[in-house]
Amino acid sequence: MAKTDIKLTINGEEVEATVEPRMLLIYLLREHLGLTGAHIGCETSHCGACTVDLDGKSVKSCTVFAVQASGGEVMTVEGLANGAELHPLQAGFAEEHGLQCGFCTPGMLMRTYRLLEDNPNPSEDEIRVGISGNICRCTGYQNIVKAVRHAMRELGHKEATE
Amino acid sequence: MSETTAPAAERELGLEGVGCERRRKEDARFIQGKGNYVDDIKLAGTVFGDFVRSPCAHGRIKSIDAEKAKALPGVLAVLTAEDLKPLNLHWMPTLAGDVQAVLADGKVHFQNQEVAFVIAEDRYICADAIQLVEVDYEELPVIVDPKVAMAPDAPVIREDVEGKDTVGQGPRKHANHIFTWEVGDKAATDEAFAGADVTAREEITYQRVHPAPLETCGCVASMDAVSGQLTVYGTFQAPHVVRTVVSLIAGLPEHKIRIIAPDIGGGFGNKVGPYPGYVCAIVGTIVLGRPVKWVESRLDNISTTSFARDYHMTGEIAADRDGKIKALRVQVLADHGAFNTHAQPSKWPAGMFSIVTGSYDIPAAHVVVDGVYTNKAPGGVAYRCSFRVTEASYLIERMIDVLASKLKMDPAELRLKNFIQPSQFPYNSVLGWEYDSGDYPTALNKVMEAVDYRGLRKEQAEKRAKGELMGIGIATFTEIVGAGPSRNCDILGIGMFDSCEIRIHPTGTAIARFGTKSTGQGHETTYAQIIASEIGIPSDDITIEEGDTDTAPYGLGTYGSRSTPVAGAAAAQAARKIRAKAQKIAAHMLEVGEDDLEWEVDRFRVKGLPEKMATMKEIAMAAYGNVPAGMEHGLESVDYYDPPNFTFPFGAYICVVDVDRFTGEVAVRRFYALDDCGTRINPMIIEGQIHGGLTEALAIAMGQELLFDDIGNVLGASFLDYFMPTAVETPHWETDFTVTPSPHHPIGAKGVGESPNVGGVSALSNAVIDAFAHLGVTHMPMPHTPWRVWQKANELGIDR
Repeated sequence: MAKTDIKLTINGEEVEATVEPRMLLIYLLREHLGLTGAHIGCETSHCGACTVDLDGKSVKSCTVFAVQASGGEVMTVEGLANGAELHPLQAGFAEEHGLQCGFCTPGMLMRTYRLLEDNPNPSEDEIRVGISGNICRCTGYQNIVKAVRHAMRELGHKEATE
Repeated sequence: MSETTAPAAERELGLEGVGCERRRKEDARFIQGKGNYVDDIKLAGTVFGDFVRSPCAHGRIKSIDAEKAKALPGVLAVLTAEDLKPLNLHWMPTLAGDVQAVLADGKVHFQNQEVAFVIAEDRYICADAIQLVEVDYEELPVIVDPKVAMAPDAPVIREDVEGKDTVGQGPRKHANHIFTWEVGDKAATDEAFAGADVTAREEITYQRVHPAPLETCGCVASMDAVSGQLTVYGTFQAPHVVRTVVSLIAGLPEHKIRIIAPDIGGGFGNKVGPYPGYVCAIVGTIVLGRPVKWVESRLDNISTTSFARDYHMTGEIAADRDGKIKALRVQVLADHGAFNTHAQPSKWPAGMFSIVTGSYDIPAAHVVVDGVYTNKAPGGVAYRCSFRVTEASYLIERMIDVLASKLKMDPAELRLKNFIQPSQFPYNSVLGWEYDSGDYPTALNKVMEAVDYRGLRKEQAEKRAKGELMGIGIATFTEIVGAGPSRNCDILGIGMFDSCEIRIHPTGTAIARFGTKSTGQGHETTYAQIIASEIGIPSDDITIEEGDTDTAPYGLGTYGSRSTPVAGAAAAQAARKIRAKAQKIAAHMLEVGEDDLEWEVDRFRVKGLPEKMATMKEIAMAAYGNVPAGMEHGLESVDYYDPPNFTFPFGAYICVVDVDRFTGEVAVRRFYALDDCGTRINPMIIEGQIHGGLTEALAIAMGQELLFDDIGNVLGASFLDYFMPTAVETPHWETDFTVTPSPHHPIGAKGVGESPNVGGVSALSNAVIDAFAHLGVTHMPMPHTPWRVWQKANELGIDR
């Protein structure tokens, strides 16, 4: 199959690749660039384990072609920490036991990162709706909500009350 | 002599041992995208394998033409049953005494059955090639209903075992029959029913569901042609068992097989059994000399590798007029699908289903379970429960409510009247179990008080008067977990012990290895806490390792809430062996007799001379340089723990729902869960387990069901159709606890991961049905989807 050259920014670094047009973004990240943080859980956009940030929006990279991301700016969980310093969301998930098997966690982190970028002071309902495109089979979400609130406190956002 | 002089209590806290809400050691890698799951493993030269699957549920394979696929550039091999026959790998034994086709041998028995295995340079080429394999089928009549399977003239599903008297679990009575399992005293039960004031009967189906962990099953198999060493990385809840099974079925020497279970993205029972994909990847790497990766799609996962439940039960209960239960009778038709791949280690074909008398003192009971074949995916597995315990618990918790309704008695009152009393423990149930410990009345009373049960019933009465639907569901369940005593449980003749090996390094830190494998439970955190409390080395100084059969001691794996009851016990026992040797070394160091020493948190002190002491850190160094004459150097131990009994965690749950009679939507207003798992090692992790288990219970009770049409098409094997609760559907869970330690476990722990699923399903289902109880409704089938609930409202004429 004919291949296409693409160029994009991933976690602040310029990346060039030659890919089949049908290649999904998740495979570009995982298999060609070695960024295995994002996972594949369902292939149908339901579970959100593959969530990354593309041009300031959460996308499910299992249903985005790599060529669609060409020219774009992608951020994955590997780019969330600032060097050795964890992002407050990462610290919040560990502190509040917001993960168990860890498989959904990179997607959850990237989704909640975008959620707080878009709405720094979400209520519990807004957090729950905000992560409803991401499935977790282990935690029952309760501690994920707590983790997001933990991060909000760290980020100096006003903790939303119901 | 000691370098730390802090008071004992302070030093004890510093260990972060049992009872500490220690933060998880696993998390650092997961929150940074550095987990190492099977699909993250990238060995040089890896190729990809995937299956051509059957579109029909029952048919003969007339021909397979793989020429076009083989001609596609990048395709390396297409394997069929014919290719596996010379290796005798076209069929494999199951854990339940049956056989399962690895690749369909002339006939397909369920939709999506594995027919051919295509191996290609990358996933995309592999997917293309699968489309090019042409298979011609002659379709046969399909059976998806286990009752139809047992009809006298039903088509024969398994021709390969036709005419056989047994398929490994006792006599068969029909071509589609697998086993009959009977337990209890029929005559005594019949007599109790004949003399009872009140009897109630209900047909209760626990629908077919699938555990669907977020990570599907998969493996990477890699054969080193030079050394003859086979390494298989995979989603294995029981790595050692996989090694032995691979050795037995593939005929490879066991020392040449290394099984590695890397990080696992949830298991819930799905990753216990051996699947055709593992076998085909192994054959692939042997044939090609390159690593072969196989990872399921979600559709493959839900439609082929294991299912759970599919129990069609009839319950009958007999009682006095005042509500004292006299007897229980249960008949079950168990749909095991096309092959009996029941992944459970007990000696009983229906696992621990005979826990069906639950938390109640029932003097007579009789249970018959018949297993049958259908044209559905093979199984089953225990979806976040001990083997068939959730089916049993659902049956009795429903029957208690059915009886309460018949007696016009409050279901809480009926439970309190029939509980096994604390003074009766250890309690011998009429179906043969010795319940180790429990205090059911305290648990239920505590929950009733916490939710103001009387107030809720009052509110419910007021709502009913206004035509509104409000339901209150109770579950007071008893689990049986920690498989198990080797007299009761084994896999291929290997007893269900589990193991821990501890090595103390000279500088006083340690590594401990286990035969279990965490799938998210946090073993790296909690096992260290157990050891820390036993030998006084801080948790943070103890590395925990699992999942590599070359380094870990042999173990039977993680499922059935067995890690804490069995491997956790091994950890405590192994640590005690360390401490026993440390005491001898300390006596030598301090020049006193062993009996002159007493243990305090992290050191031995000389009795009466508390300033004379040796800390574990000091003893560790001495173990490598200053041991008593005749003693071996080193400070290591290993323990293989064969539990004397199962453990019996229990709980009391109350769920309050509001039902919209116009739409059938059910809103969980409140869910209060009290669990008693004995000694609590890490309360934070326990709560997390309960939140997760309750959410899986919500999924099952409210939406999950694997449905099939008449010709065996699986309806809904993606997350589009198969219900996965999101944060929006999931309510806020309230948790509570009592502590009744297990008397036979070294630290009194019982296991907790599965209790919330077992109890949660019953509490939710009871709540929904209770919302309709005043209208004469005694049963509604799960899952309680809005459509189903609305149908009931519509049937009753209350939806307008």
